[in-house]
Amino acid sequence: MRTILVILKKEFLQIFRNRAMIPLIVFMPLFQLLILSNAATYEIKNIKFNVVDLDQSYFSRELVSKFTASNYFILNETSFSVEKALESFKTYDARLIVYIPKNFERDFRTSGKSEVQFLINAEDASAAGIINNYAVNITRQYNSEIVTKSSVIPEKTSLINIYYSNWYNPELDYRTYMVPGILVALVTLIGSFLSGMNIVKEKEIGTIEQLNVTPIKKYQFIIGKLLPFWIIGIVELIIGLNLGLFIFGVPLLGSPFLILLLASVYMFVVLGIGLLISTVTHTQQQAMFIAWFFMVLFMLMGGIFTPVESMPDWAQTIAYFNPIAQFNGAMRMIMLKGSQLKDVIPVLSFFAVYAVVIMSLAVWRYRKTE
Amino acid sequence: MKRFANFVWKELLHILRDYRTLLILFGMPVAQVLLFGFAITNEIRDAKIAILDFAKDNTTREISNKILSSGYFMLYENLQSPNDIEPAFRKGKIKEVIIFEPGFGANLERFGKANVQLVADASDPNFANMVIGYTTSIIADYQSELSKGKTLPASINPEIKMLYNPNLKSVFMFVPGLMSVILLLVSAMMTSISITKEKELGTMEVLLVSPLNPFQIIVGKVIPYLLLSLVNTATVLVMSKFVFRVPIVGSLPLLIAESTLFLITALSLGILISTISNNQQTAMMISLGALMLPTIILSGYIFPVENMPLILQWISNIIPARWYIRIVKGIMLKGVSFNYIWMETLILFGMTVFFIAVSIKKFKIRLE
Amino acid sequence: MGENQIISVSDLTKKFGSFTAVDKISFDVRPGEIFGFLGANGAGKTTAMRMLCGLSLPTSGKATVAGFDVYRQTESIKKNIGYMSQKFSLYEDLTVKENIDFYGGVYGLSRERRKEKTEFLIDLLKIEEARNKLIKSLPLGWKQKLAFSIAIIHEPKIVFLDEPTGGVDPITRRQFWDMIYEAADRNVTVFVTTHYMDEAEYCSRVSMMVDGRIAALDKPEKLKEQFGVGTMHEVFVKLARPAA
Repeated sequence: MRTILVILKKEFLQIFRNRAMIPLIVFMPLFQLLILSNAATYEIKNIKFNVVDLDQSYFSRELVSKFTASNYFILNETSFSVEKALESFKTYDARLIVYIPKNFERDFRTSGKSEVQFLINAEDASAAGIINNYAVNITRQYNSEIVTKSSVIPEKTSLINIYYSNWYNPELDYRTYMVPGILVALVTLIGSFLSGMNIVKEKEIGTIEQLNVTPIKKYQFIIGKLLPFWIIGIVELIIGLNLGLFIFGVPLLGSPFLILLLASVYMFVVLGIGLLISTVTHTQQQAMFIAWFFMVLFMLMGGIFTPVESMPDWAQTIAYFNPIAQFNGAMRMIMLKGSQLKDVIPVLSFFAVYAVVIMSLAVWRYRKTE
Repeated sequence: MKRFANFVWKELLHILRDYRTLLILFGMPVAQVLLFGFAITNEIRDAKIAILDFAKDNTTREISNKILSSGYFMLYENLQSPNDIEPAFRKGKIKEVIIFEPGFGANLERFGKANVQLVADASDPNFANMVIGYTTSIIADYQSELSKGKTLPASINPEIKMLYNPNLKSVFMFVPGLMSVILLLVSAMMTSISITKEKELGTMEVLLVSPLNPFQIIVGKVIPYLLLSLVNTATVLVMSKFVFRVPIVGSLPLLIAESTLFLITALSLGILISTISNNQQTAMMISLGALMLPTIILSGYIFPVENMPLILQWISNIIPARWYIRIVKGIMLKGVSFNYIWMETLILFGMTVFFIAVSIKKFKIRLE
Repeated sequence: MGENQIISVSDLTKKFGSFTAVDKISFDVRPGEIFGFLGANGAGKTTAMRMLCGLSLPTSGKATVAGFDVYRQTESIKKNIGYMSQKFSLYEDLTVKENIDFYGGVYGLSRERRKEKTEFLIDLLKIEEARNKLIKSLPLGWKQKLAFSIAIIHEPKIVFLDEPTGGVDPITRRQFWDMIYEAADRNVTVFVTTHYMDEAEYCSRVSMMVDGRIAALDKPEKLKEQFGVGTMHEVFVKLARPAA
């Protein structure tokens, strides 16, 4: 016990004497939350669009005005040729071209069927999908409007009224979505990166030999090395949570203690990974690279930036074993939906098992005698 | 010249012998391309939903079937009461609850109107948007099919054309960004670390007193990473084209030329970082924190820049990768000619000159 | 294997793949001796020492240190030895006091003992003004002496020194050896590797390793007599390049 305390004291002294550490610890959550949460949005607003209106009729002009009146679209320019309009795609001045052919209104009145064409810059596939949805919905709404107004109304219509509501994030605020994920990333980085590099540093410098030749027991060394980062990770999470709550107004419907409980167990998983990495690398550079590689991979597959549900089945199965994905999901559930202990017990047990496996592996690999 | 060649060879050997780093340098881009191509996307497939059907008649059954056979949705459970909704969401599996009012089919028959409510889990606003969007479209389709038997209400039929990416593959957007990230990683970060390592170990002094002049030293250090980057970029391009069919609509030589320009920009950044770092750890921290991270987040790689708050958009302007991504997207996906990208090219060129100038200045100061 | 030998080595071998770094060496060390382990760089000295310290498992052969077996009782060995490596291995970013405190704690000294030792060492080494200074700001000679003192802070029976005097001036080296003598006087066995041949003169007995084998083992005077030369340096030359 005394040995562990002695090691802890040395570790903390070293960590805080490192001039880069304190600003890092203080500013990292702030920076990540501020910048990342504001930047990370797939929301589409102010979509610039071009109009090629060859009909120039009352209907066509009204349709265009529906677009401009919506909150989503901003008119960029009108022209009479599609080629000219396409130029705007190349210069990123517009993403949608609304092409209304001649006889748009006439066809509507006579045969009851008219065409309109939407040309969408589909570089960004998901944005294109959204733009498509908006455009089609606006058109449909306009369609129903003129059907009810004009004299071509049949006696009987079948109108299904669709009401929708968004729960847990009624304003569709992206930050609400991102903040839990960012907090997960924060804690993960500290647990894996910093702890792994810390141990490898002793290897690189050579002080690890001096320790291996003392009666220090393996477990004492490991606890001494990992505990500080466990503490720092939890502290960062608390700071980040508070920032998220008070500066970004992210809701916290569930219990903060539940989050801390989950995070505590999760940290063991991540620290285990950091320790494992330190046993297979010799230089800090290697440790950093490997940690970077795996963390980026896990984060991308972890549902932080793109939803897990969108991934193909095989990827979702893999994601099931990805601790980041699990933690991320649980965080969102607790913060935004108020999930309770019983809802997250599967995740908790998953972490516990994972932590035991990885820690055992890492501890077994770490040898005082080669 | 022979001395120089020897020096470059030694540098190359250094790099090739560090298996672990090499593995990551080549493995990472490949892994990312595969991921983005196969796994990471924003689209909806088999999203789990729940249905609370108060009517339980033919109409609601037909609508439900239509929704569930669209490929976008999958039924997770049928709810029996409104009290079930909250716990169902809390479990975290379902994304949407569709609620049909009592007597739905009858109301539609008799009064010509019926109500359906869609409740989405908007924790992920983007997903919620799409879920509601698709559900609405399907229901609206059903509605127009219903009306076919009766006098047709007039309809406007939109025809959609997706340009440059007709199959709406997410990978198209990620590949240009991926290329820039790889180039930055290898050229800027590795170069800066390599140069600072010599500084740290003290061998830089040894090099400086050798017959090689400083210019040769820097260039010699940089060439291996240049070669590595070229190989990496070529790998990514080949994989994208043949595995994922990302087109290269425009001129390949132009693409290569612009990539080389960006490569030099990245290299000069790496050199700059090395002049302001005294040890490897600092170089690493700066490369990761001040270069890679902002690039990944703010360059348009994953998140579109146009929707970010203004301040972030301004910051995005000074990130070299942002301009390179625009160039690559233009050439690869839209086949633009140089006319359209001259401004971005000029910006990259200017940045390169700036980085090199500052590096030279700092290097001279150090020598004194 | 002698019974009252504090280190007993018999046919100890270490191979790395097909390369034999240490080739069937055998020797004994008596308690209180200053045992010098000489040889050129790469001769196998450090590898041999690491096996005796429990840092590396031998490929074959037998050895006991302080009565404990190097295969199965490495942790017991570590409780009874001190160690100082080439790189000194004091933490550069901790102060003198903090280093003493840390290693003292690691070797199981109570807090009072650590405080006592801290005062004692600072006084002994006359480094009062460096008490709260970071190690990295100390001159090399001070670092060496401090590292040695810390290596024996728990008063072990044996202390292993791996090339302890690299890079300092002759006067500082001499002072360092004074410390070694003092420890030997207190019956601490000192096992020291070095490639400085003049330091061999200071040892009770010296063994010379060439290409993984022990080429000679005896008191310095006897070796000089044996080869008919005046310095250990010449002894080494004779051994390393036999056909001269």
